Amino acid sequence: MKNRIPVVLLACGSFNPITNMHLRLFEVARDHLHQTGMYQVIEGIISPVNDSYGKKDLVASHHRVAMAQLALQTSDWIRVDPWESEQAQWMETVKVLRLIERSRSKTADYPVKHLPLHHHNQLLKSSAQMEDPDPSKTPSASAALPELKLLCGADVLKTFQTPNLWKDEHIQEIVEKFGLVCVSRRGHDPKGYILDSPILRQFQHNIHLAREPIQNEISATYIRKALGQGQSVKYLLPDTVIAYIRDHGLYSSDGSWTGKGKIS
Amino acid sequence: MTSRNHTQDSSGVRGFHLDHQLQLLPMDTSEKTEVVLLACGSFNPITNMHLRLFELGKDYMNATGKYRVIKGIISPVGDAYKKKGLIPAHHRIIMAELATKNSHWLEVDTWESLQKEWVETVKVLRHHQEKLATDSCDHPQRSLLMDRPGRKRKWDEQKQDSSPKKPQEPKSTGVPRVKLLCGADLLESFNVPNLWKTEDITQIVANYGLICITRAGSDAQKFIYESDVLWRHQSNIHLVDEWITNDISSTKIRRALRRGQSIRYLVPDLVQEYIEKHDLYNSESEDRNVGVILAPLQRNISEAKHSNPTA
Repeated sequence: MKNRIPVVLLACGSFNPITNMHLRLFEVARDHLHQTGMYQVIEGIISPVNDSYGKKDLVASHHRVAMAQLALQTSDWIRVDPWESEQAQWMETVKVLRLIERSRSKTADYPVKHLPLHHHNQLLKSSAQMEDPDPSKTPSASAALPELKLLCGADVLKTFQTPNLWKDEHIQEIVEKFGLVCVSRRGHDPKGYILDSPILRQFQHNIHLAREPIQNEISATYIRKALGQGQSVKYLLPDTVIAYIRDHGLYSSDGSWTGKGKIS
Repeated sequence: MTSRNHTQDSSGVRGFHLDHQLQLLPMDTSEKTEVVLLACGSFNPITNMHLRLFELGKDYMNATGKYRVIKGIISPVGDAYKKKGLIPAHHRIIMAELATKNSHWLEVDTWESLQKEWVETVKVLRHHQEKLATDSCDHPQRSLLMDRPGRKRKWDEQKQDSSPKKPQEPKSTGVPRVKLLCGADLLESFNVPNLWKTEDITQIVANYGLICITRAGSDAQKFIYESDVLWRHQSNIHLVDEWITNDISSTKIRRALRRGQSIRYLVPDLVQEYIEKHDLYNSESEDRNVGVILAPLQRNISEAKHSNPTA
């Protein structure tokens, strides 16, 4: 049986708060990669951005991490990595990718203080899980090192065009060395963005465009607005996250948010 | 049609001002009309989109300051509807109950699905309105969340009933009114030949009322304008904008399942687990009722023939 390349999907972002749409990105991306017959997705990682990113209305990272953890309680393959959010300052996405990949290639050699130990345990656990008795469900991945790919929506792909937001050499490293899995979003033309950019065009074989046939435009911006106006957000994000938001008074209309970031 | 005011901030995100923002301040709740939202449909399976309809409908009606939504009822259609791909009612009921397990105000009603023949929507509305009237007469002060005979009782309501923590129900203006909650697709289905009786549509909008959740920019307003019946009763038709395009149709869910694709986060987890455990949707299930005529079409066409033998 042909061996599939094991893949780990990493999503970076504000997750302010995490929504069902974020969670869907992972499911759609995994289905897409499996359908190619070439890959076996073994893990998904959510890495909430650091508070010093300075985005408007960003609540404190410990909240965003906690909410993501609650959302992923019932997932057996996606987890949260708080490392990026715990650093002293914001770091470029490519650095997060590099770091996570380094942690997998080295084993005991890697300075554990830079990463939670469970990182390694998770990797070992997911490798063990690949010995699944039902070969039709989970075809075995090769013993090769997993490929780490950046998972994002088409809107993020578009931001590559925004002046000064990304360094060109970083974009190149992301698509050349790692790879991108981009889930389509209404109003975006990911094929167009790729064709418009020389770097993306050159490495388009490493950019996987996944189509989400079930449009589900749950933006976190809308969620925050709805919460501010006292409207229901039930069924747009997990109940446990809604309860957390309520218990901690996040995103309320009187402006009492607990974010530390600057309001731009 | 009730009006909605829109704003659009600089980032292009649209919000809407509540029509009666001043009335959100403490107001004598006894002046409000109590409303029960009823949704009829296949729920094959129930999805997060169905559940969102209720939340949007409730927020909207409460925000007008004139209504207080006290309950939402999901009434899955009976098997005699004969729609293609419709799986047995008991599964659809169980999934709806699993989906509303954590809701304090939504419930599933089995009356419609237990009838031997298909029941017109207006009759389901009438059934529930009469039931509310009876309850109101028998127990004027009684909380409507308490059990009624014949209704499937959810296991956690046992605890709720005996707990004293529910405050006194405020006085209300008479019997709660049942209104039909739906998406734009149902509204537009009024035009499908022989699907609805004209007198039924009239009764629905005249005697009960419609709360229609529509995608922003949809043609619902135009549709109402072009129909004399709907136009006449437009004050009883509430159009609610859905800013989040929520295209989680049951058809797409079933298609995804046939293709081995994930439906997680599109339906409640318990529903997804139930579907997986019972392998409810596949090519065989989708072939159910193929070649069979839909019950309302069957009935309306044959009734027309009877009254018009030469037709």
